[in-house]
Amino acid sequence: MFNTPIIDYNLLAPILIVLGGALLGVLVEAFIGKTHRARIQITIAMITVVIAFAWVIKIHKALSPVAAVASVSIDGMGLVLQGTVLALAFVALMFIAQDNHFAPVAAALPGSEEEAEATVSGTQMTEVYPLVLFAISGMMLFPIAHDLITLFVGLEVLSLPLYIITGLARRRRILSQEAALKYFLLGAYSSAFFVFGGAFLYGYSGSLSLATIRQTTITPGSNHIFLFIGMIFVTVGLLFKVGAVPFHAWTPDVYQGAPTAITGFMAACTKVAAFGALLRIYFVGFSGVANDWKPILTTIAIITMVGGSIAAIAQKDVKRTLAYSSITHAGFLLVGIVALNRAGLTAMLFYLVAYGFATLGAFGVVTLVQDSSGEVSDLNRWAGLAKKSPWVATAFSLFLLSFGGIPLTAGFIAKFSIFTAAYASGNIAIVVVGVISSAIALFFYLRVVLTLFFKEPTAESATVAVPSLMMKIGIGIAFAITLVLGVYPNLLFNLVQSLSNLLV
Amino acid sequence: MNILTATILLPLLGTLVLAVTPKGNSQLAKIIALISSVVTTAVSVLMALRYHSSQSGFQFVESHSWFKAFNINYAVGIDGLALVLILLTTVLVPVVIVGGWNESENGRWSVKTFYMLILALETSMIAVFAATDVFLFYVIFEAMLIPVYFLIGGFGRGERAAAALKFLLYSLFGGLLMLAAVIGIFIISSKQGTGTFDVTALSHMKISHSTQNWLFLGFFIAFAIKAPLFPFHTWLPGAAASATPGTSILVLGVLDKVGTYGMIRFCLVLFPQATKTFAPYIIVLSLISIIYGAFLAIGQKNLNSLIAFTSISHFGFIVLGIFSLTTQGISGATLYMVNHGVSTAALFLAGGWMIARRQSTQVDDFGGLQRVTPVMAWCFFIAGLSALALPGLSSFVSEFLVLLGTFTRYPLAAIIGTFGIVLAALYVLILVQRALHGPVKSGNEGLSDLNVREKIAIAPVIAALVFLGFYPKPALTVINPMTSTVMAQASVTDPTPLAGK
Repeated sequence: MFNTPIIDYNLLAPILIVLGGALLGVLVEAFIGKTHRARIQITIAMITVVIAFAWVIKIHKALSPVAAVASVSIDGMGLVLQGTVLALAFVALMFIAQDNHFAPVAAALPGSEEEAEATVSGTQMTEVYPLVLFAISGMMLFPIAHDLITLFVGLEVLSLPLYIITGLARRRRILSQEAALKYFLLGAYSSAFFVFGGAFLYGYSGSLSLATIRQTTITPGSNHIFLFIGMIFVTVGLLFKVGAVPFHAWTPDVYQGAPTAITGFMAACTKVAAFGALLRIYFVGFSGVANDWKPILTTIAIITMVGGSIAAIAQKDVKRTLAYSSITHAGFLLVGIVALNRAGLTAMLFYLVAYGFATLGAFGVVTLVQDSSGEVSDLNRWAGLAKKSPWVATAFSLFLLSFGGIPLTAGFIAKFSIFTAAYASGNIAIVVVGVISSAIALFFYLRVVLTLFFKEPTAESATVAVPSLMMKIGIGIAFAITLVLGVYPNLLFNLVQSLSNLLV
Repeated sequence: MNILTATILLPLLGTLVLAVTPKGNSQLAKIIALISSVVTTAVSVLMALRYHSSQSGFQFVESHSWFKAFNINYAVGIDGLALVLILLTTVLVPVVIVGGWNESENGRWSVKTFYMLILALETSMIAVFAATDVFLFYVIFEAMLIPVYFLIGGFGRGERAAAALKFLLYSLFGGLLMLAAVIGIFIISSKQGTGTFDVTALSHMKISHSTQNWLFLGFFIAFAIKAPLFPFHTWLPGAAASATPGTSILVLGVLDKVGTYGMIRFCLVLFPQATKTFAPYIIVLSLISIIYGAFLAIGQKNLNSLIAFTSISHFGFIVLGIFSLTTQGISGATLYMVNHGVSTAALFLAGGWMIARRQSTQVDDFGGLQRVTPVMAWCFFIAGLSALALPGLSSFVSEFLVLLGTFTRYPLAAIIGTFGIVLAALYVLILVQRALHGPVKSGNEGLSDLNVREKIAIAPVIAALVFLGFYPKPALTVINPMTSTVMAQASVTDPTPLAGK
């Protein structure tokens, strides 16, 4: 007897569209001359993202736990995260589309003749666009994958392009390539951990499907040793991706070395996808043994919140500061997983949107602050930025205040709802640690605001490059979303709340 | 939209108008700010006239759903406590604008930015007293710090950036502790039915004693930092020394009252059992504040820091009155909040003019001002007398009530508190002697006396000091019903029958 597999192409279409756009981009890279190539690539990438986003909206009522056999589950949570990734990617593409971020020919060695030649002839490869689209497709698959193999495929599809584009920076190429190598090696290890854990889970339950694993955990008499080994290794693999302490060491180096527009994209979108996968694994696969993993994840969340915020205080580089801030936020997001209730799920979905746009906006601003030799990320040289560029300084401060969770920004609503969920689940200790590390984190956010507004500019101070229209729109979108969701959160929160369901 | 919401929104409207006025025209910006604040005063006075002082509970109530998922509303309403503090705010803002007409000129940013911040602060100060939704209160409580941060850091002097950061970090830290308690109270209410942030609904909830203690501390520490109560006061002297006089008036005169206001509105009403548990300890802290603030004030050489330390002493009295948990104590503390606001305004106005003229903040640099600038010296003298609670000036009535109320429950505390009055006489009279009397010190000969604008600015303040000193009844008529409501909600009764009843 042979059953035809159920594959609902309608529900998978968003991912397929993005993959199609990526393949088209590869063809364009191969066949179109350099004069028009960049413009065509940008157009293809953005249109692809828009169409995929529209498709996500179109299917938001046609949910199914078995979109592709039992490997993919299209549910409210999955669609919200796919939509979030696409919306964030749209803004990220606006920043990526600036012409001066990427190495002219990435294959040429730094300082080599080929590189010089390429610079002279004005060659500019644009492989970054198809690579970003491939990464997006992985990010869209990751949060909807419903078995361990599909999860692994999603993880690799999103990671591999990111390793490459991390090394594409135009300036300080050695630093960028070093970051790419670090990211790749540690990423490979974490993938290995994930697969290793997956093998144990298979040994434990005889299946790769999260639903079956869950079924086995609540069947009495099963041997839990394999489950715990598998659970721990899978968790390590995923915690690496979200950058939780103590698996965070790569984050500052990679964030600093990668081209800033890419850093923004990674910091925002990867986190959305990885937390989607974590959510699904813990809310579905391991929910039957919650009492066993809750203490572990609570500990991780606590050391991530506290560790990230304390380490950030000592930073003197804006990109590294933002990297540690993203680590702290990973800790806050883990609070939502530990809460393990629907309020926590809703709060995390909202949090990811709020955090994602503020992160994108902040890195967008970093790309603008320059001197004659390129971007300046030394915090001391940002002194007095508000004097010449009050709007850029205001936007950056708003993003930081949102990170810090000051009321009337989206970050505050996010933090409030996630702590409320944790409190409701009875985990008051994590709420107290959360508010205290928020206070520590505020110290360095406010120190940056102080540097921007209250320090006198020196001769060393960087200036703000005149932003292109795309940059202005991109930062403007991030600014508006951060503010509007803080003042009137109903707009998104009600939607997310109605869609915060997981189908098993 | 009722008259209360209109009062809240009017200064914000001024901010928006200022946002679109041209940057260069500073005179226009000042006039717009003045008009906007005076109109706000007029509307708030109109509201006060329509307020029914005999009714208990909130009046001018308005509620709109704001954040549905958590049942959060834009819910405002005022009782006697909120009314007097809102009036204090709306009266002081125009005084600050007229009195510090030129203090916005030497800032980092344009004059219009200064007034945008002042008016944004005014909106948040009115709204914070009007909010009857705990979440709304919290949001404004935190958001209002941002304009103050920029006012101190952008328009202050000396170590202004550091002072602004210290102020903000202290306040935000307290606020975050309060956030945990705000979340806690919401969760408890949702477990007992529907989750709500409405302060009246929450006051009817039954909360276990131990939970009350934790939630009480979350709120109380935030308010104690804001008030500021010993040992949470260390941000204040720096902020007061760095801010412009106008900003200091708004911070010490109004903003810090949010702390003592919150103690009455939230700590007493929502956590009655915890209040009784902690009251003796808080009484001790407030006594330390009274004595410690007074001693440090005696030793200060910087005029602004001196006024700041006197405020710490006075806030000690306010907290003492509140946690004496007596009718007279709470009424007296509420009246004290108003009186302290007015007398601090007088001190900072006159002191600010002295400093601006002499270009020095050191008390020793003054001397003999009584001969050179008699009007200014008299203003400062009257403000000082009010600070030492001379009978006939407003502070006397409130200080007397606070001590009377405290005496009925904690006689020893009242006796110790009385020493605060003696010390107050000491620091005020020493200051007056050194700054105003004696021979004219070199450098002071050519100082000019108050001009017409400055006289206009300080006249209503001094009038209020004298008026409330002789006739506090209008204020007490709106305060007293609030006090009995709070006493009932906190389920406390006066220890001995009131004399004369």
